[in-house]
Amino acid sequence: MTGIGIDIGSSCAKAAVTEDGAILFWEQMPTGWSSKDTAEALRQKLCAAGFDPVQHPCIATGYGRVVVPYAQKAVTEITCHAKGAQALFGREDLDIVDIGGQDTKVICLRGGSVKDFLMNDKCSAGTGRFLEVMANTLGMDPASMIALAAKGNDAGISSMCTVFAESEVISLIGKGEPKENIACAVVASIARKIASQASRLREAGVPAVLTGGLCEASYLQKALGEAMGAPIASCPQARYAGAIGAALLAEKLPKA
Amino acid sequence: MNYELPEQFAQFGDARKNGFLRVKSIKENGGKVAGTFCTFTPQEILDAAGVSPVSLCGMSEETIPAAEVHLPKNLCPLIKSSYGFAVSDKCPYTYFSDIIVGETTCDGKKKMYELLGDMKDVYLLHLPQGDREHALEQWTQEVQRFREFLEQKFGEAIPDEAIRDAARARNKERACRRRLMELQKLQPPASTGYAIYKALEGAGFYFDVNEVCKELTRLADGLESDYAAGKRPVSADAKRILVTGCPIGGVLEKTVKAIEAAGGVVVCFENCSGIKATLDDVDVDAPDIVQAVAEKYLKIGCAVMTPDSRRLALLEKLVDEYKVDGVVEIDLQACTAYTVESTTIRRKMESLGMPYMAIETDYSLSDSGQLATRLEAFLEML
Ligand code: SF4
Ligand code: SF4
Repeated sequence: MTGIGIDIGSSCAKAAVTEDGAILFWEQMPTGWSSKDTAEALRQKLCAAGFDPVQHPCIATGYGRVVVPYAQKAVTEITCHAKGAQALFGREDLDIVDIGGQDTKVICLRGGSVKDFLMNDKCSAGTGRFLEVMANTLGMDPASMIALAAKGNDAGISSMCTVFAESEVISLIGKGEPKENIACAVVASIARKIASQASRLREAGVPAVLTGGLCEASYLQKALGEAMGAPIASCPQARYAGAIGAALLAEKLPKA
Repeated sequence: MNYELPEQFAQFGDARKNGFLRVKSIKENGGKVAGTFCTFTPQEILDAAGVSPVSLCGMSEETIPAAEVHLPKNLCPLIKSSYGFAVSDKCPYTYFSDIIVGETTCDGKKKMYELLGDMKDVYLLHLPQGDREHALEQWTQEVQRFREFLEQKFGEAIPDEAIRDAARARNKERACRRRLMELQKLQPPASTGYAIYKALEGAGFYFDVNEVCKELTRLADGLESDYAAGKRPVSADAKRILVTGCPIGGVLEKTVKAIEAAGGVVVCFENCSGIKATLDDVDVDAPDIVQAVAEKYLKIGCAVMTPDSRRLALLEKLVDEYKVDGVVEIDLQACTAYTVESTTIRRKMESLGMPYMAIETDYSLSDSGQLATRLEAFLEML
């Protein structure tokens, strides 16, 4: 069976196609201001690659999951990320950390099903948005800020709140603190926040993995592993975990 | 006596507006009204004194800014909203209350009552903390003191027999409420949880206990005969959810509605407007009727008590009786009692092998989308 998964996140939209569990296709693009147009653009890319959603079952996920007219079903990103991570990392027991644009999730996968999960509440601390705001203040993009952080020493940001942390960053800039030290402090701060969130669900001995758009930010991965007290694995395809999971679930949809 | 209606009252929805007309006519006919905030308020004593109790629990975000002039921001929205209605004169029930009755429940409410006392006549009942041997004796004394206070305030004796009659009537009302809730034990249940909740809530604005019983019975009869005729308003696949936690009148749409929109159904409300307040009756034949009333109310489980063993025991019983698939705890932001106790509840549910999720929210709509995703994911997990 072939399945199509569409993941419309708050900043990035992804599509994936799987066949009998093997990943055949993956694609991403910025969500932009209209999730609807983005969904249509993804459909065209899928068709161009020979995977017309009319011919194959399709599941949509992510915050824009309800605006994908060609999907038969909407499933939450929690379930899809869990399914995708299980396939990508080949394990039935995992603690999955997904850093998204607006929210960060920690999902406990046990025996191949979601046993529990946490999502940050309204606050943007510990999310991709936090990194974006801080990177902006430093005049760079999040990926280069994280890369720069690897060369610095933690200058110390105590507040987890985006608004307060931003003013701490500004005052550090004012004091002439080297940029790499501030970047390092930003990464340390988000790592602590996520680790404390995850600690409510973490079980010793269960491997942890990172999914979402920051899966290739190796220094963040390292800092997160240190804060969590255990290494956290990832892989480049982990940014597609939601879409891959949706595609795998679509394969199992009953024929319309 | 004729009351001029302040303009804002016109904005009230129909259910509450009709209740408002009722309360207005009570006042015009020389009746008295008591504003209440909690399921611990011994209604029978008010009934026997000829005072109509009405809940003043604030359920709307609208009055919170007015409250925040005096109250801290990081306070439970129920307290802020209730207080806001009182200071801004936006709630007809608060406006018409001859007296406001509070209890020493959570700290936020206790202190809010002090401030409310500057505007209104507030009477505070002192609740015992938990399950000490002398708790019942102490609470009986409090209820008796409350009775004497009402006798003095309104200049009329409250005979034992009047309390017994009131207890008989309230027992009947509780039985009607239980009957409606128990229709959700059916598989699939007889109704959406949202509709049941709305009916139970609306019943609080009828004032006439007999009328409440009539309305609730009519509703239950209707649901029962529809069911017998084969009507199934809820799919048999819907996951059966029990809701526990803080009072949820102000967050119903983004929690209960969201659960039911995502393919679940709330079969049981353990919290305030639901089962916990209606489970036990007053023993109308007890030699000491005041103590019998006190005893009924003391059986209510609530996180403001320590230990709160009654809530734990009730939850264990309900998940079994209602064949529940998962438990959702809905807590209000900054409610210390419930958010801390949620760890105890989580552990209890884990020990029962019952999936459990706690959410914390307030009266704003800004987290609706996120809550919907979390609730939906919880249902997918079951
Ligand atoms: S939650 Fe407890 S304190 Fe609050 S209204 Fe209900 S019974 Fe009273
Ligand atoms: S919800 Fe919690 S904080 Fe709010 S009034 Fe009830 S017990 Fe107090």
